[in-house]
Amino acid sequence: MYRIRFHGRGGQGMKTASRILGNAFFGEGFEVQDAPRYGAERRGAPIFAYVRAAREAIDERGIITRPDLVIVADDTLVPEPASGVLAGVDEHTVLLINTMESANVWRHRLNISGPVITLPASADVEDRAELPYIGATCAGAGARLVGVIGRETLADAIRLELAEHGAGVIERNQENALEAYDRMEEHAGTVTESGATSAVDYERPEWAELPFEAARISAPTIYAAANSVEVRTGLWRTLRPVIDHERCNRCWWVCSTFCPDGVIAVGDDGSPSIDYDHCKGCMICVAMCPPHAIEAVPEQEAQHAGTAGEAP
Amino acid sequence: MTRALLTGNAAAAWGARLSGVDYVPAFPITPQTEIIETLACWIDNGEMPGRLVTLDSEHSMITAAGAAAATGVRVFSATSSQGLLYAMEMLYTVAGWRAPFVLINVSRGLASPITLESDHNDIMAARDSGFLQIHCATCQEVLDSTLLAYRLGEDARVRLPVIVNLDGFYLSFTREPVEIPEAEQGSRFAGTFDPENMRFRATTPESQAVAVLGGSPYSYFRYEIHLAAENALTVYDELAAEFAGAFGRDYPAVEAYRTEDAEYILVMLGSFATKAQGAVDRLRDAGWSIGLLRPRLLRPFPAATLQRLLAGKKGVAVIDQNLSMGRGGVLHTELLAALYGQAHAPPVVASFIGGLGGRDISAEEFYEMADALRRATDEGRTPPPRLLYTRDEIREMRKLQAVAHVEREELNERR
Ligand code: SF4
Ligand code: SF4
Repeated sequence: MYRIRFHGRGGQGMKTASRILGNAFFGEGFEVQDAPRYGAERRGAPIFAYVRAAREAIDERGIITRPDLVIVADDTLVPEPASGVLAGVDEHTVLLINTMESANVWRHRLNISGPVITLPASADVEDRAELPYIGATCAGAGARLVGVIGRETLADAIRLELAEHGAGVIERNQENALEAYDRMEEHAGTVTESGATSAVDYERPEWAELPFEAARISAPTIYAAANSVEVRTGLWRTLRPVIDHERCNRCWWVCSTFCPDGVIAVGDDGSPSIDYDHCKGCMICVAMCPPHAIEAVPEQEAQHAGTAGEAP
Repeated sequence: MTRALLTGNAAAAWGARLSGVDYVPAFPITPQTEIIETLACWIDNGEMPGRLVTLDSEHSMITAAGAAAATGVRVFSATSSQGLLYAMEMLYTVAGWRAPFVLINVSRGLASPITLESDHNDIMAARDSGFLQIHCATCQEVLDSTLLAYRLGEDARVRLPVIVNLDGFYLSFTREPVEIPEAEQGSRFAGTFDPENMRFRATTPESQAVAVLGGSPYSYFRYEIHLAAENALTVYDELAAEFAGAFGRDYPAVEAYRTEDAEYILVMLGSFATKAQGAVDRLRDAGWSIGLLRPRLLRPFPAATLQRLLAGKKGVAVIDQNLSMGRGGVLHTELLAALYGQAHAPPVVASFIGGLGGRDISAEEFYEMADALRRATDEGRTPPPRLLYTRDEIREMRKLQAVAHVEREELNERR
């Protein structure tokens, strides 16, 4: 069975990547299981997805603990222990990292003995709006590394997955993915299947007796005040509300009252300002402002232009 | 017939579509929302007839489902976890109306603490509601069980609503190859709903649910629900045979995997049984005489089948992904009740609790459970229930507690 794990950040198309690779294996006649793993957080948060493929029915489920291939779409995740990129990686595991640094640098840095292959996909991406293409690119590279997926099958897998996005998106993704596929030629077949955990000599789980602990310790209550402010929900935003202060007539209440997150403050002169660390980008203020003084700007564009001069 | 990769949620939506549902009252909740999104999309595109209405809560949603079913149309709905609990009053109520429909539950652990991930405490909470329950292990089974559930609930010998249960994440968001029957094949099996005397109409108001004072009439109605639910065992077997004939897929009330010559048996519900099946194969490779039983029906409880399949076995390990506080695993308790006093009942029926809130059960843990079972049968003594938890997990928990402690101290200082 092939066991493959994708790691990336929300918004980089990891789910799409796993589904493209899943489609491709399926297209080659494999039994397949693929799934994303979402947490409570969204864009920008570390997420992963996985694919299992085998010639016979798959009798495993859930998280892959001993991967044959780990694909990392965002190299900033590798050193973050919480992202679990290196979980279960051993000398058999191939690590494919989308990075500008060399494989040797990573091998040293991580002190791992298994093969490390790099894919400098980010170099081609000048515009942040293109980041979602990274998923398909990674899937393309992965498809070549397993050595059992044809070029045509990969192209079909992408067409199937992105069907509802139209020809332009499909072509762009196919182009990137096939380029990555070709680039991995020398590594074709590096990733090999591995068997199931034997029931003869396995590492015994160290079960422990859970002791009773009084409710003052064991109740799941967070005794801390006002710490939700530390969660920067502004990272979830894909559209940014930008106030045109020329047009704003300082009604002082409409936008600040309707904002469901209470992130619009009103100054003494009645002029509103938005806390972008916490604005989730719901666009309710945009809809409610009577003189249409708030504009919805795509977040990437806003960050590029440094709109409103505040923290992203 | 098309074979495609589908999530459990998409498979549930396909089940509804192929069953020709007329009405879908809906309310979103993770990890179920994809089901109603898929149906909404199909209905909107004109790919599927029928009507989808979003309600203001799960409580209203189940009320609408029951009321619509009582008009004689085919009704489908879906929920999960807190949503199922919020609807609980109406689950009991509409089951008493004897108006059949199908409700999908995507299993998810219950608060507190709140989680998004899977276990079976939500569906167990609906155990005594009068809804029948079918538990699925694969995405294919989700689609097929939905078709089966309509026939089962609508049968004149039953006429009760049915819950089809699938595990959140492990099935809901996981794609697997699923054979999607042709529309014509689906509707041939699903047939048309014969609502008999159910003719609830807004234009001709009638009383749907009467009040009874006095225990005797009340008992009559409640006993009748119970008898109907028990009938569902026979009806289910007939339908499963018909389904196997039509689609070539066999869904007995209790799935038995390599049990015939086995001395030891694992028993569990739901998608983790796939993992248990893998473990059985590896254990067999290692010389074990072991098998797996997976009840697909929890209500009605296939007690006689389980008695038969377990007769003469040395030991049984029941793995529960639920926990009844102060008692233990619900399936374990139910199985013990079915086995007690039976001739040739296995002498050891051990209990393991695990997989709560999405916690994995590793292959190694399955092997270890088998080993613990063998030791117990050698000693001839049933061990106390084992709450699956490792030393590493305790260590991680201690770290979290340390962080919480520091937070608390800081807060105290600030005050
Ligand atoms: S977009 Fe939504 S969250 Fe952000 S400021 Fe406007 S109303 Fe508030
Ligand atoms: S609602 Fe519009 S006019 Fe009123 S304060 Fe906000 S931005 Fe200004």
